[in-house]
Amino acid sequence: MSVIIRGLSRRFGSAQALQDIELSVRAGEFVALLGPSGSGKTTLLRILAGLDFADGGTVQIGGVPMEGVPARRRGIGFVFQNYALFRHMTVFENVAFGLRVRPRASRPPEAEIAARVRRLLERMGIPELERRLPEQISGGQRQRVALARALAIEPPLLLLDEPFGALDAAVRHGLRRWLRELHNEMSLTSLFVTHDQEEAMALADRVAVLQAGRIAQIDTPEMVLERPANAFVAGFLGQAARLPAMLRDGAVDFAPLPLPPLPREALVSAPDRDGPVQAFIRAHEWRAEPAAPGQANAVLRSARPSGGMLQADIALGELTVEALLPAGPLRAGSPCLLRPLTARLFPA
Amino acid sequence: MHGGRSSLAGTLLLRGLAVLVLVLFLGLPLLAVLAEALRRGAGPALAALADPDALASIRLTLLVAAITVPVNTVGGLAAAWCITRFRFPGRALLLALIELPFSVSPVISGLVWVLLFGSAGWFGPWLEERGLQIVFALPGLVLATLFVTFPFVARTLIPLMQEQGATAEEAAATLGASGWQSFFRVTLPQIRWALLSGVLLCNARAMGEFGAVSVVSGHIRGETNTMPLHIEILYNEYQFVGAFAVAALLALLALVTLAAKMVLERRGGGA
Repeated sequence: MSVIIRGLSRRFGSAQALQDIELSVRAGEFVALLGPSGSGKTTLLRILAGLDFADGGTVQIGGVPMEGVPARRRGIGFVFQNYALFRHMTVFENVAFGLRVRPRASRPPEAEIAARVRRLLERMGIPELERRLPEQISGGQRQRVALARALAIEPPLLLLDEPFGALDAAVRHGLRRWLRELHNEMSLTSLFVTHDQEEAMALADRVAVLQAGRIAQIDTPEMVLERPANAFVAGFLGQAARLPAMLRDGAVDFAPLPLPPLPREALVSAPDRDGPVQAFIRAHEWRAEPAAPGQANAVLRSARPSGGMLQADIALGELTVEALLPAGPLRAGSPCLLRPLTARLFPA
Repeated sequence: MHGGRSSLAGTLLLRGLAVLVLVLFLGLPLLAVLAEALRRGAGPALAALADPDALASIRLTLLVAAITVPVNTVGGLAAAWCITRFRFPGRALLLALIELPFSVSPVISGLVWVLLFGSAGWFGPWLEERGLQIVFALPGLVLATLFVTFPFVARTLIPLMQEQGATAEEAAATLGASGWQSFFRVTLPQIRWALLSGVLLCNARAMGEFGAVSVVSGHIRGETNTMPLHIEILYNEYQFVGAFAVAALLALLALVTLAAKMVLERRGGGA
């Protein structure tokens, strides 16, 4: 089910939580809302669910304007950050809740409710837990129960708030793939909030990067990573070093840093006009060769092997640069000649 | 080793002291009440309870509690709900108002009703013309007790509901539950033990309240005397067996209430 958001704004007191949000999600898409804490991503999700209200702008879900439609009439699946399971109900009753509260006319008979709940628990891989209470199961299991409960009402749109935030890394990776498969098989449209860029990149068809209540960029994971729209996105994603530099005469000059200049042709992106810039250089975009102390511009502080490469901390003047280098003769303490292969430039 | 032993001795000493204080200040008075009541045997004590005025005071006490406890349960729930689920101007004021009956002397809690509804009070003449009596009658007793016992349910629920937050109710809403469904299926079950505990405390106080009730009662024997007031009258007339017999019954009612609360808390795991 498609989602169209136009000019959405939300203010809490004097803080602008959301400003002029424009976002369209196609039916069947899996979209991540990625941003640091306080960027407004959870507020946006809550407004979509009808749990919070916008000061301005419109939301259409499945072509229907949502203004004045309360949460309980939206039929949207919502998975809360801490799951918000009903603590006094068994897993079975939690999942059955959305069916049991229906008006009598549309409420399925008891046998069908039971069959649907069991089918869902089966699908979530937790059929044996139906009689347990939420406090008697693990975090990963609670996550699955919360999902089953949200899916029991057969929502065309699924919203997830930090779905893996409370889980440890091993469980997180397993659930991630599983959630993506579930999304495809049940032909859902899903939006999920995360502050973890790796998670957003691994799961989503498109990533919306939020910055202080605005969408800084929305694009495929590859494009967001390769072609960040502004300095914030470039700095927030992909662990880049941020260096002050000057763009002039067709090249980037890093002075006063002791780095060789880069010609414009080598750059991934750069402003059209000359002037002061911020240069973002990712770990794998550095090269370092051994050099005699007189010719060296940097010193390798420490290095550890990482998948056939060398993960190195390199002292460049007063800065420390993280670099992912091809394995070579460099050792900790070696003087070296450090140079960037490329950079992304944004006006300073 | 030595330090450990002396700290153990210290702990034991402290515990012993605590038990001693409990026995001295809580257990002994209760025992004394019972002993005084039974000083001349069970016969006179039971006879004192069967006295028509005593029976009337017991009936009145139970009636006042039966009216005030449900009203304050609903009112306390509503207040706790408003305060923990909504942000509105005047919220802090409401929170302070809920505590007012605790901070005001019970005598004043009684006096306000006399000032409002007494024959010389603001609405007194108006009520008198219509033959409605509030003060020195059941309505006054109920109003005074309502005021004094209002905080119990609200104060027990507010911290718990604050801590639990609204996410469970929000989850219920996204699953299609109406406000009432959410309240009865999600909110109420999550606070049931705290609610019961608050209700029992409210009940204990409603039955035992003296000060506020004394002001609005008028002390008409067999009509407007609740158990605590009846006890005072008997005591002042040197009818010690009667006074202590009714007192023992009142204390017993309170003990039963407390025991019920304890059992509930154990079953509910404190929630």
